[in-house]
Amino acid sequence: MAVLPEPVQNLAVAFERLPGIGPKTAARLTFYLLRAPEEVSRQLAEALLALKSQTALCENCFNITRAGQSLCEICSDPERDESLICVVEEPLDALAIERTAAFKGRYHVLHGVLSPIEGIGPEDLKIRPLLDRVRRGGVREIILATNPSLEGDATALYLRQQLLPLGVRVTRLARGLPVGGDLEYADQNTLLRALAGRQEMD
Amino acid sequence: MNLTQERILKVEAVVLEHHEWGEADRLLSLFTREHGRLRAVAKGVRRIRSRKAGHLEPFTRVALVLARGRDLWIVTQAETLEANLALHGDLEGIGYASYVVELLERLTYEEGPNPDLYRLLVETLRHLDENLDPPALILRYFELHLLDLAGFRPELKECVTCRRPIQPEDQYFSSALGGVLCPTCGKLEPSARPVSMNALRYLRHLQRSTYAEARRARPAPTVAGEMERLLQDYLSYILETRLNSPEFLRQVRQPLNPANHLPPTSSSESPL
Repeated sequence: MAVLPEPVQNLAVAFERLPGIGPKTAARLTFYLLRAPEEVSRQLAEALLALKSQTALCENCFNITRAGQSLCEICSDPERDESLICVVEEPLDALAIERTAAFKGRYHVLHGVLSPIEGIGPEDLKIRPLLDRVRRGGVREIILATNPSLEGDATALYLRQQLLPLGVRVTRLARGLPVGGDLEYADQNTLLRALAGRQEMD
Repeated sequence: MNLTQERILKVEAVVLEHHEWGEADRLLSLFTREHGRLRAVAKGVRRIRSRKAGHLEPFTRVALVLARGRDLWIVTQAETLEANLALHGDLEGIGYASYVVELLERLTYEEGPNPDLYRLLVETLRHLDENLDPPALILRYFELHLLDLAGFRPELKECVTCRRPIQPEDQYFSSALGGVLCPTCGKLEPSARPVSMNALRYLRHLQRSTYAEARRARPAPTVAGEMERLLQDYLSYILETRLNSPEFLRQVRQPLNPANHLPPTSSSESPL
């Protein structure tokens, strides 16, 4: 096969580094852009450059925010309850909770989870700034919204251990049966927790 | 059985580790009863509606059906046999179980079945989950028997240099030579360090006993500490690197910020 010109190859190689994209998809995307109007490529290129240069982390909650702003939209919104902090692993988790439109407090993004085997310890996450936020006062409740996995459990257990001595209420998202699920496929783990967390029908 | 011929495998396994894989999948590191260590992909288990996710958390003993994928085995069915749930609710428990898994992964390869090692793993996780015996005892027992089954059994009965049986007195131990030395040979060996008669006696007891016999051992804290240091030394000599989970346990035991005046957790009783 004839070797493709360097610009074409470069883009295909760059696409291939992205998660979930193999050589075929990379080539297809590259050739799509090659044929599409120049406008499409320009917009993509500008968006890519802005992604890094125009974003930063909120100084308070470490969610993604625009560069130049020290606080994100949620932290600078006076309508949001600052005595209620929801702790999540990643910015996408905060986004998922925002989509419910039911949470009116603020967030704290850890940027990872504890992992004993991979050697990810408390110092590798944004845990110290969370403790500092609580120490500054005015926080009533911390909602731990880490994933219901081993690493999420370890992280929640560690945070509880660090937060309780500070005199703040610590809660964790309930676990149980998913909406539309089928009881016969539920594992013991989930069923046990669903039983333990059953609620009065009133 | 030749694994390369099989299309479908029915196995019993312990989930050792999981890693995020692709969009919503996880790559599992398994220790199976039938084929030893295997890796398999569990598709879609990070979705909240996944039927398999709850059966595939680390430290779970699970019955699995695996189908051969293009490169890796794919989990098609999973059913929990032993959830070891209490472990997941205890930070130190997670740390100890992670240590067990990490040590096993470092000392073994994907090298075919090892039913004795499988049984040791299942029982060790069960003992940690039941929390009836001191973690130090469970972990020392696991270390000695894992070393044995992985081919690194330390010689504790006769001097590794002069081959004379060890007498009931204080001795020496050399990680490099893989065993004890009598006082005469030990003094001449630069890699040897002293080991008390008591620590050696307990180590020998754990090495040759079943768990039911070994669990009755209650070494004094100083002796337990000596046993732990000796085995940690020997393990780091064999592995040539440090393990992550002991460091993790150390980190989560102490307050994150020294300025918050929390008393540090007592470390004298810590089995790691």
